[in-house]
Amino acid sequence: MFAEFLQYLFAGVTTGAIYALVALGFTLVYNASHVINFAQGEFIMIGGMATLAFMAMGLPMPLAIAMAILLAAVLGALLHRLAIATARQADVVTLIIITIGAAIFLRGIAQVIWGKEYHALPSFSERASIEVMGAVMYTQSLWVLGIATVLVLVLALFFKRTLLGKAILATCMNKQAARLMGVRIQFVVMLAFTLAAILGAVAGAVAAPITLTSYDIGIMLGLKGFVAAAIGGLGSGVGAVVGGLLLGIAEAMTAGYISSDYKDAVAFLLILVILLFMPRGLFGSRVAERV
Amino acid sequence: MNKKSLLRGMAAVTTLLALALAGPAPASEDPIRIGAFVSATGPASFLGDPELKTLEMYVERINEAGGVLGRPLQLIHYDDGGSASEARNFANRLLRRDRVDVLIGGSTTGTTMAAVPLAERARTPMISMAGALTIVEPVRPWVFKTPQSDRMAAERVLSDMQARGITRIGLISGTDGFGRSGREQTLEVVEQFGIQVVADQTYGPQDTDMTSQLTRIRNTEGVEAVFNFGFGQGPAIVTRNYAHLGIDLPLYQSHGVASDRFLDLAGPAAEGVRLPASALLVPDALPDDDPQKPVVQGYKEAYEERWNTSVSTFGGYAYDALHLAVHAIEQAGSTDPAAIREALESIQDFVGVTGVFNMTPEDHNGLEPESFRLLEVRDGRWALID
Amino acid sequence: MRLSMPSKMPGLPVLVLVLLLVPIILNDEFYLDIATQMALIAATVVGLNLLVGYAGQVSLGHAAFFAMGAYGSAILTGTYGWTPVPALLCAALLVATLAWLVGRPILRLKGHYLSMATLGLGIIIAIVINNEGWLTGGPDGIPVQPLSLMGFELSIFDEYHLFGLVISGTHAWYALAGVLLVLAVWIAQNLIDSPIGRALRAVHGSEVAARTVGVDTSHYKLLIFVISAVYASVMGSFFAHYTGFITPQLATFEHSIELITMVVLGGMGSTYGVIIGAVLLLLLPQLLTDFHEYEMMMFGLILMLTMIFMPKGLLPTLSALVKRHWPAGVRSSGPEG
Repeated sequence: MFAEFLQYLFAGVTTGAIYALVALGFTLVYNASHVINFAQGEFIMIGGMATLAFMAMGLPMPLAIAMAILLAAVLGALLHRLAIATARQADVVTLIIITIGAAIFLRGIAQVIWGKEYHALPSFSERASIEVMGAVMYTQSLWVLGIATVLVLVLALFFKRTLLGKAILATCMNKQAARLMGVRIQFVVMLAFTLAAILGAVAGAVAAPITLTSYDIGIMLGLKGFVAAAIGGLGSGVGAVVGGLLLGIAEAMTAGYISSDYKDAVAFLLILVILLFMPRGLFGSRVAERV
Repeated sequence: MNKKSLLRGMAAVTTLLALALAGPAPASEDPIRIGAFVSATGPASFLGDPELKTLEMYVERINEAGGVLGRPLQLIHYDDGGSASEARNFANRLLRRDRVDVLIGGSTTGTTMAAVPLAERARTPMISMAGALTIVEPVRPWVFKTPQSDRMAAERVLSDMQARGITRIGLISGTDGFGRSGREQTLEVVEQFGIQVVADQTYGPQDTDMTSQLTRIRNTEGVEAVFNFGFGQGPAIVTRNYAHLGIDLPLYQSHGVASDRFLDLAGPAAEGVRLPASALLVPDALPDDDPQKPVVQGYKEAYEERWNTSVSTFGGYAYDALHLAVHAIEQAGSTDPAAIREALESIQDFVGVTGVFNMTPEDHNGLEPESFRLLEVRDGRWALID
Repeated sequence: MRLSMPSKMPGLPVLVLVLLLVPIILNDEFYLDIATQMALIAATVVGLNLLVGYAGQVSLGHAAFFAMGAYGSAILTGTYGWTPVPALLCAALLVATLAWLVGRPILRLKGHYLSMATLGLGIIIAIVINNEGWLTGGPDGIPVQPLSLMGFELSIFDEYHLFGLVISGTHAWYALAGVLLVLAVWIAQNLIDSPIGRALRAVHGSEVAARTVGVDTSHYKLLIFVISAVYASVMGSFFAHYTGFITPQLATFEHSIELITMVVLGGMGSTYGVIIGAVLLLLLPQLLTDFHEYEMMMFGLILMLTMIFMPKGLLPTLSALVKRHWPAGVRSSGPEG
């Protein structure tokens, strides 16, 4: 019984950690610009597919991952510079549609360059599985969890300790005030897009040995990440992490104990319930609408 | 070089270029128009991509060899992205704007069924590459299909289980059209084989982890084997999770994974997996007197050389659809749709990649369950086991 | 963009004129077929625009309402033998109830919570349609019977005789879809010009201000949300009867996004703009087929560039351009709005 529960928990926590990284990306961009960046999922795809492509060129895996992350970072910055910043006078909904266009564009390019097939990345560790109290766990899950934890900690430190991080936070809280204090808003927003792209690419590369990867993997992972961010209140970093883990665990438990047919519905039911009873999300910040 | 010879040289080059561009010349004739709508992108690109590649390649080859009835083939193809509405619109465009002589598509049952009324109305022969039985049962005069039905795949697997004395199985399937149809067909016929489905789990087509469903199946009492009906990357993840959880019951897959890609994706976890597949995956293991051997070998070699990627069962459906159409046109001696339809319906002993087709007015698929071979993965390769 | 649109517009006659011209200029069954679908989807989007453009709320689940209408009609007529009109009304009533139930608590909150709620609701509906195959036919879809009223059947595969003229089923359906679109626009325009519309525009301007002057904002927002959902449901029913075959793909999140994109592309708050948005977005896949594997890339690129350079949407941007170049005196009644 307990082994069964543990097995579901392992599955849930692993996917949950991936969702959490994606959700963090959504949250970063949302906080800085109020844009829901629907291209976030594509950076996951780039993380996996570019790693694969660089490895095919003969680069060793760590270097290939680094290059993939660099590529995603550049694309994230470009997405902001060329698309979002150019149209910055536009309505937020318009900006969101631009990110949807960007997502389709990136997916389209990936499909032309890398083809439509699924690929598997090798596991980071030699040994693929370990046993814990009757349940088995991918060693790659440990990598996912470890790297996710490190990233979350680094981000937290970045926002608490560095001037740049504080500038981003200030922008999230009050754009006008931040601008008056000398923060270059556009630069901060670009930084948020770049950081989000890096988070997505890391998630994509670390997860690929488990999830496999292809040009359209970002659609589903992006949507799930967005749902996780929404559960967490779409504006809170802690909320994004908890939302992601909660979502992953809820899915695994539902598939395990209730119905695999409706495991995806659980996530969305969760959104409805949270909206009805805790409209700010689990960790939503209390923001007053400006008059 | 003086001016005159320069001019003359240029003239010669121009003539040569013109000749080269014109190609080998039955060009005076009107092309025979083959219309195709496939799901080359989107969730069903696993089907549509190899299908389109196959069609493109063989239309080229047939034209190089002089075309059909002395006329070249012209392939007009659209990508429906897996959407039934788009498929309907593109089928309509092929029928009404492009006025094709034969319609090939769609890749999925949904896209096919959306286009069926249009083809029937336009009285144009249509050859589908989708699995469900509903496409040809009840028989519609103008609609044919090349893949075996999902029921045959289920029967092939279940009869092998029966032979091994297995009576209680766990079923896991995708929630896409392919998996759903397979699940239903399996549940319909399973009792005929004295087998009980004691666990029935599903996964979404884009899911990245199926350990929960498999754990649940493993913990169901009395499960003796597991059958996965699905296509795309899902079954590869199922296979990996299966090995990861250390389940040592026999694992069966459907023809939805019948491609070398599955071996690459599932890796060593695929060892011992059994599945029904067309002869395409094991061309060299076929006995020399097998009529399919040369066809299958030829297709596999040509495809892998041209596209630098492994063949899949689904591309084979397109090979058969195109060649059945060409064969029918040749038999009919014209592109009169009614004559092509008649010819299609009376095709006998036509050796394709998927199997040997024997069409009748009552059977617009024309394949026997035996066209499915049972394969097992041994040492990372497909092995024929019957 | 929100309040600058004049609400009295010469658009309706222009729309009717365009609808009349289409079958004359493009006298071709294929084009008419596409045009019929465009009219039905455009009518859906006109309803959605009421919500997005006037109530300032985004629905990320409108495709699910559309699909509920489509499946409601398909199932009630096909499985249960109802006639199409009561089936359509019943489906619309169901959708209205659902929208009301979800919208009521959510729309009391300020902010963009409706988009989250409709996202959740829409995807749940899509999952149910996909999973409950015994009722909906599952992922492979379900055939739908032709539309009929009091024994008179309207099918694209038939011919009709009217005053000695032979009218093909495609033409007849096009005429019906055109009438539906004009009706949809007419109703929307009247709503916008009614006290409800004025209150809503006030809400869109500043919710707090509107509330201060005594406008019960959540009530109006809920009303408009339900109306836009009913728009989707009714058009979904007609779409199902027209195409004769539907799949769960109608209910997907991607389809919802497509509908919102039509609104934003055409111009939020501009009734005629969103019709253009719908027409363009449905036309693009047909126009881009020659790009083959570059099709997806081109689609994304076009969408991105249009929104970057015309952030207010096609029609508002173009009409602003016209206004700049033709001072008001010279300009006769153009189709802007």
